[in-house]
Amino acid sequence: MAGSPEESVKRPPTPDQRRGFLARMLALVCGGLATLPPLVAGLWVVLDPLRRQGGAAAFLPVTELPSVPDDGMPRQFTVIDDRVDAWTGFVAEPIGAVYLRRRPGSQQVEALSATCPHAGCFVEIDKAARCFRCPCHNSTFTLDGGIVAPSPSPRAMDSLECRVEPTGGIAVKWQNFLTGVAAKVVKS
Amino acid sequence: MKQSSSSSSSSRPGKPGLLGQLADFFEDRTGYRAFVHEALYERVPGGARWRYVWGSTLVFAFMTQVITGLVLWASYSASAQTAWESVYYIQHEMAGGWLLRGIHHVMAQMMVVLLALHLMQVVIDGAYRAPREVNFWLGLILMMLVLGMALTGYLLPWDQKGYWATRVATNLAGLVPLIGPSLQQVVVGGPDYGHHTLTRFFALHAGFLPATLVALLVVHLTLFRKHGLCARQPITRPDAMFWPDQVLKDAVAMLAVMAVVLGVILLPALRAVLEGRPIVPGELGAELGAPADPSQPYAAARPEWYFLFLFQFLKVFEGWGASGEFLGAIVVPGLVMGMMFLMPIVGRWDLGHRFNVGFTVALLAGVGLLTALAMREDYCATWIDAAALADVGELIEKTGGDEAQIAATLGNDPEKIRAFATRKKSWDAARHSRAFMDASEQAEVDAARAVALAGRPERIPPTGALELVRGDALSQGPKLFAANCASCHGHIDPQQADAQALLAKTSAANLHGFGTQAWVRGLLDPEQVAGPGYFGNTAHKEGEMVNFVQHDLTDRSIWKPEDIAAVIAGLAAEAGVTHGETTVAPEVALVERGRVLLASSEHCGSCHTFRDNGTAAGSAPDLTGWGSREWLVGIITDPTHERFYGDTNDRMPSFGKAEQGSLPMLPARQIALIADWLRGEWYRPAVAGH
Ligand code: FES
Repeated sequence: MAGSPEESVKRPPTPDQRRGFLARMLALVCGGLATLPPLVAGLWVVLDPLRRQGGAAAFLPVTELPSVPDDGMPRQFTVIDDRVDAWTGFVAEPIGAVYLRRRPGSQQVEALSATCPHAGCFVEIDKAARCFRCPCHNSTFTLDGGIVAPSPSPRAMDSLECRVEPTGGIAVKWQNFLTGVAAKVVKS
Repeated sequence: MKQSSSSSSSSRPGKPGLLGQLADFFEDRTGYRAFVHEALYERVPGGARWRYVWGSTLVFAFMTQVITGLVLWASYSASAQTAWESVYYIQHEMAGGWLLRGIHHVMAQMMVVLLALHLMQVVIDGAYRAPREVNFWLGLILMMLVLGMALTGYLLPWDQKGYWATRVATNLAGLVPLIGPSLQQVVVGGPDYGHHTLTRFFALHAGFLPATLVALLVVHLTLFRKHGLCARQPITRPDAMFWPDQVLKDAVAMLAVMAVVLGVILLPALRAVLEGRPIVPGELGAELGAPADPSQPYAAARPEWYFLFLFQFLKVFEGWGASGEFLGAIVVPGLVMGMMFLMPIVGRWDLGHRFNVGFTVALLAGVGLLTALAMREDYCATWIDAAALADVGELIEKTGGDEAQIAATLGNDPEKIRAFATRKKSWDAARHSRAFMDASEQAEVDAARAVALAGRPERIPPTGALELVRGDALSQGPKLFAANCASCHGHIDPQQADAQALLAKTSAANLHGFGTQAWVRGLLDPEQVAGPGYFGNTAHKEGEMVNFVQHDLTDRSIWKPEDIAAVIAGLAAEAGVTHGETTVAPEVALVERGRVLLASSEHCGSCHTFRDNGTAAGSAPDLTGWGSREWLVGIITDPTHERFYGDTNDRMPSFGKAEQGSLPMLPARQIALIADWLRGEWYRPAVAGH
C-alpha cells in the first residue's frame, strides 16, 4: 500500500515498508492459525466414516435344503443377522436378500445377491419370462445370474459363496460389492 | 433523489412527529435511507417487463423454502427410528402440517422449473456476456446447490421411495474416479445406510447447502445490481424505476407461483369434493411412503420427476459395460456442465451466442425427451393391448424361453421369428410397465397401511414404525402366503368370477375364509369335499374324511340336517374367526349341540380327538380349538405332529420345525403372522361414528 509499484522497484524498502509486510504476513498467519482448529476438527469428524468397516463377511444360516425346490427356479430368501447402525444395535434383523437355486435333481445350491450390480436396486425374479430383472434400469439376467446383453449392468449378478451343512441347513457368505464397475470388488 | 428518499418527517417542516423522530434517529446512526433508496430506485432500461421476473420469483421461492423448512426442522428428527415417524406426525397429526409440508415439497419442484426458465431467459438475452460472466458462473453454482438440496431432501422422510432413490444416487457417486468409494462412504456416513446417512443429508440439506447458497446469492444479487439489468434490445420504451413498476410485475408473478403451488396441493381436495368423498388433510400435499426397509424390494423406485432424465439416461448406455455407466452418470453430465461454464467465453462471438442458445434449447429438449421416454416406459401398459400379445407369453411359457425351441415352433421362418421378436418387445414392455404400475399401487397401499398402524392408540413403539409394519398381519400375510403357501394352497374367494379356473391350478385346500361357518359348510358338502377347494387335489381325496362326507353324512338315518348345522356351528365356534366383525353370537344351544356331536364316538369323535373325548391322537386331526390361532400356528409349524396329520400328512412342509443347530423354514413370528392373516386378525382403525 505504501508507495507505487515503480517506487518500490527503484528504491530499497524502507523500514516502514518492511514493517508493513511483516504485519500483513503475521495477520494472515495468526488469522489462519485461529481458524484452523475448527476446520481440522470438523474435517476429522466428517471423514470418520472412512474408519468404519462393515463387519467381516461371515456365513449366515439362511434356510433348509427342502425350502429350495430343485426345479431350477430361484427363490428369494431374507438374510438375517445382528446389525449395528452407529449407536443402535439390532438383534436378528433382516439385512438383505439372496436368491437360492437348485438345478433339477441337484443337491448343490447356488446363491445370488439380490442387489443389482448396476446401481444397487433390488433385482426381482420374472417367472413368466424365466429371468431376473431389475425394476430400475431394466438390467436383465438369466436364471443363473448371467448378463443378458445389451444391459446397463456392467457385470453379471453377484454370486455368493454358499454351503449346505450336513444337517441340511444352507449358509451364505453375506457380502456387498461395489456397483457400477466391471469387476466384482468387495465393499469394505 | 432527496425528495424521493425523504420520509414523512420532511413533508412537515418544523418538529417531526414521533415516528419521524424515530426514523431520523436510525437514519443518523445507520444511513438506512440510502440503502432503501438504492434497493428500490434502480433504473430499468426500456421499462419493466414480464421476462425479468424469473430471478425474483426464484428468490421468492427460496425464501418460501427457508420459512417452511425452518418450521419443518422444528418438528423433524433425523434418525433411522424417528425420521419417518416425525414426518408422519407432521403430515398426519400436527395442525396444518400437511399444508406446510405440501408447500415445501411443491415449491421445491417449482424452483427447478423456475431455474430452467431463468436460465433460458439469461441465455437467450445473452445476459452471460461481459461484464456479467462471473455472475453467470455464480448462477450455475446456485443452480447446482438447489439441485443438491432437492436430492438430499428426498431422503429425509426415510420412506421406501427416498431410501431406494438415494441408494442409486450414492452408488453413482461411487463411480467418481479414484475417490469414488471413499466419497460414497463419507456421504453415506458409514459402510451402510442408516442414522448417519440421515444426519449427513439433513446437515447438507438444511445447513451447508443453504448457507452456501445464501452467501453466493448475496454476491449474485450485488453483482446483478452492479451491472444493472441486461435489457432487451432494442430499447423502444422509456426507462422505468424498479419500484414500483418492476416490483409490481414481480409480485404478481410471485402470487402466480404461489397460486400454482397451492393449486397442486389442493387439487385432490377439490376432486374429493366433486366426487362426494370426505377430504383427508393428511393425504394432501407431499406423499409419505411406507418406512424404509432394506430387505423389502421396492419395484416402484424412481427419482423425483425432474431427475427422471438422468435416471433414463443410464439406460441409453445399455451394453456399454462399466464405461457406459461412468459415461452416463459422470462424464456426460460433467461435460454438459463444463459446456455451460464455457458459455460466456463461447458467446463472445455472435455465432457462439447462437450456438449457446441452440445448445440450451437442445439440452432442455433432450431432458424433456428423456423424461417423456421414462414416463412412457413406466406407463405404456395403459395403452398396449396385453390381450393381443397373450400368445407371446404362452409360447415362452411352453418353451421355457428357449430360443431354438421358439424358432422351431415358428417353423424356423426368419420372417415369423423377426415378427415374434418385435411382438416380444411390446409384450416385455407392457409387462414391465404393468409391474411398475402394480408396484406403485402396492406402494400406496403399503404407505396407507403404515400410516394407519402409526395412528393406533398405542402409538409407535420406540423401535420405530418399521417394527409395526413387519408385525402387521394385513400387509405381511399376503406376502408370506405368496412366498410360502401359494405354491399349493389357494386363497381365492369362491364368489370371484374366475374362482374355478384358479382353484384348478392349486394342489391343496383353498384357505380363503378358513375357520368360518361357510368354509366348514363346504367341507361337509359331499359335492365340494373332493373338489379343488378342499381335498380334491391332495392325497386325502381318497381318504376317510372324503369317504365319510360323501357316504355317512348323506345317510339321513344317522345325520339329520340340523345335526350337520350344529357341527358346522360348533367347529366354527372353535376357530372363533371374526374377521374383525362384531359377530352375531352363534346360537349357544346349536354350538353346544355341535360340541356334543364333535366329541361323540358315534359321530366325529370316532376318529377325531375333541377336548377330553378320549379318542387317541393320530387317526385324524385334533378338533379341539380347530382353526384357532394356536391350532393354525401348530399345524403350520409341524403338520406331521400326531395332533394333526401325523404320517398321513400330504407334502406340507413343517415350516417351524428345525433340526438342532439349524433354522426353521419360517421364524415363529412369521408363522404367527400367516395364522393371523388367515383368520383375518389385524389392526383395524376405528371407523368414525362407531
Ligand atoms: S440398478 Fe439395476 S438396472 Fe440400474
